[in-house]
Parts: sequence; structure tokens; C-alpha cells
Amino acid sequence: MTDAPLMTPGSADPASSPVTPHGVPHRGGPMNPSAERIRARFPAAFVRAEVVWGETTVFVRPDAVQDIVRYLHDDDSERYDYLSDVTAVEYRDLELPLQVVWHLRSLPYRRFLRLKAEIAKSAPLRVPSVFPIYQGADWLERECFDMFGIVFDGHPDLRRILMWEQYQEGYPLRKDFPLRGRFSRSEQLRQALAAEPESRYSMTELTIADAFEDLPLEMRRRLAGGEKTGE
Amino acid sequence: MEEGGAPVGLTPRPDRQVVTVAPASQEGWVATRLDFLVNWGRANSLWPMPFGTACCAIEFMATAASKYDLARFGMERMSFSPRQADVLICAGRVPFKLAPVIRRIWQQMLQPKWCISMGACASSGGMFDNYAVVQGIDTIIPVDVYVPGCPPRPEGLIYGIMMLQEKVKRERMSDERLRDEMEPDPTSKLYIPPSVIDELSEPFGNSVHQTRSGL
Repeated sequence: MTDAPLMTPGSADPASSPVTPHGVPHRGGPMNPSAERIRARFPAAFVRAEVVWGETTVFVRPDAVQDIVRYLHDDDSERYDYLSDVTAVEYRDLELPLQVVWHLRSLPYRRFLRLKAEIAKSAPLRVPSVFPIYQGADWLERECFDMFGIVFDGHPDLRRILMWEQYQEGYPLRKDFPLRGRFSRSEQLRQALAAEPESRYSMTELTIADAFEDLPLEMRRRLAGGEKTGE
Repeated sequence: MEEGGAPVGLTPRPDRQVVTVAPASQEGWVATRLDFLVNWGRANSLWPMPFGTACCAIEFMATAASKYDLARFGMERMSFSPRQADVLICAGRVPFKLAPVIRRIWQQMLQPKWCISMGACASSGGMFDNYAVVQGIDTIIPVDVYVPGCPPRPEGLIYGIMMLQEKVKRERMSDERLRDEMEPDPTSKLYIPPSVIDELSEPFGNSVHQTRSGL
């Protein structure tokens, strides 16, 4: 038993590592060419890249995320035009407990890239917002802030989105958050019932008039003609 | 259901004779007959206010659809306005964010009104013993009938509705406290003491073991 080599998923022999029915290996396999171009273009920000189940993950430094995402979005050889998710993961890692994750998809080149930024335990929980590049990041970053307390620098309206804005107990998906919350059940209920139901909504969410200039031209034309939206 | 067939589905309860009106000696014949008539009308035209938040609402929709046909019990009209509803059917889990909403809907309903807590989550929080879910809507509003199940089958909900009908048929106008509203405490907005809420929300079953925190 002692001569058996210590096997971990990361160090397993590629020949014996599991593959999917379509032949995609667990580790290794063809890497997304964007990863190599990120390494060449941002050598200081590039940490490492790996391929897991055929999907490429690029680890970068947190402060360079906005530059890298802007390059991936704007460059003609990348054209990552769809941001499908912004989220975070907390591990029981002592030095780098938190990872912020961006899922990017390039529809013209049919590529998928997972961008990760590891945040050190002592560092402030701040990463640049990608809202100036993808407006769809608005609610995704708000949710990430709500659940993990990560501040996205440059987000125009960083408020809680799932929990109410007066929520006092902290950030629920952090590892140090007790599953039942920090307060007693009666205190949680008292705080929940103390708020008026209307106070959960801000006026910007209740009216579309303020956002009129941001709407697409076609929709503006239809709304100006008196047509109702299809709610 | 045919007489003499095998007992399937909704069979008459063995204790159904408890429904029969037994007039108290101090009440007159007219008052008890009027009670019977009014209660008969109310019990057979309960308009539900569906408060469906989760999978129980799917079973509730199945109950209202043609196979189980809630209209047989006088509930063919779902009242989506609380002003016209008689019974609030809370089908699904209620997060703390919805607690003031369901409280207000209950306060907007006119007397006489009743409440059915459908399913494990509405009755006790169910498997969601976590930071976001109310541990039983009876900590927010009074509940008349609890229907167990995760989710309950339509037969289960119909059984709960029939129990509520029996409760309605037993109401007496001579009971002066019958329509008393339970007023919440003006400062804390709770209508039962906080210690009782904490006691009702104690972890039980597998959720006793699920608290893990810290690195």
C-alpha cells in the first residue's frame, strides 16, 4: 500500500484520466487560443491557465480584469460579445479564499472562456466592474455584492438585489456566515416585518421614464407612438 | 362515489358526525337554524386567495384543474384580489422578504376569513432551515388548517379544505370572539412573543446537524 503513488485529480496520468463520451479529457486537451494571447499581451496580469473538461480557465490579477475584458470584447480576433455570468466562489483556502469568476462567450468564434481573479485573504474585496463594457453585468455584479460583499469599482448602482437593502446580517454565501443567519428567528422576523413592502423597491425600478434615453431606437419609437410594452 | 365500492379516494370520515349541529341549550331555535344556513353557505362558497410561491402551487393548480376539480367544493373562483377572498391558501415557502407582503394581504382580507398553510415549508419552514426562510407562516398570520406534505397531493389539499369546511360549519354566531382580529404588537409588529417564535423555530431532525461555519 505504501508504494502506491499518491494520486490527485490534478496530478493524474493523462492517459488514465477520465474522458467524456465525446472524448473530452478531464485535464488537458486543446486550450482556448485566447488564453495564450492574454498571456502575451498582459504578462504582468497573467497568473496561469488550465483546461478542465475542455473549458479553459485563465487566472488573472484582480486589478487588471477590466483591461483584459475590454481587450477580449473589443479585439477583432477575440470578440467575446456575451457575458453569461459574474459570480464568486469561496474556498477553504487559507491564502486565497475568494475567487471572482467571469464567464465569457464569443458567439462569432464559438469560444468559451472562464476568467478568474483570486483575492488574497488580507486584500480588500474590490475588483473592477465590467459594467462599462457589458451593461448586462449590472444585476450580476449586484448579486455578487449582495451574496459575497465584493465591491465592484465603477458599478453605477451597487446595491443589494436579492436581500433587502436594510438587511443587517452580512453576506449570506460567505463561509463565515452561519446557515441560519446571525440573529435569532424572532429578531429576523421583527426586522422583516418592520419594513413596509413598498420600501423594497426604489423609484428607478418602478419607472421606465428615466431609462427612456437608454432604450433601443426601435423601442423608443414604439413607446413614443403610445404602444404598451408587452408586460 | 358509488355505494358499496372499494374505498378509494375520498371516503367519508368515520368521525363525520361531529359536524352535526348540537345547539346549546341557551340558544334559540331560530338562531341555531340561521347559524346552520349561514355556515352552510359560507362553507360551500369559500373563495381562495392563492398565495403560491413554490412547488406546492403546482399541486394547487392541479387541484383546481379538471381532474380534481376544486369547483366541486365551491372554490371555482380563484380570487386574486384579497378583498374578495375568504381563505388564504399559502402554497410554498415564504422568505423573510415576503413576510410583510403576506401579512398585508392577510390584513386586506375581509372577515370572515380563514387560512390554509399548504405543505411543509409554509407550515414549518420545511427543509429550508436557513437565513432566508420564515419558519412557519403561523409566526406571521394565524393559520386554521395545516396540510402536511412536500408537496401535498391534491387529495391532501382537498382533505384540508374539507376540514376547513367542517370548521366553518361549526362556527356559532353567539361566539362573541369569533371574528376577533389578532392585533400585532405596535412596536415589534409580532403577534406572538419573540420567545415563542424562537421556540417554534428550533432546529429539528436533520437540520440540527447542519450548522457549520468558520474556516
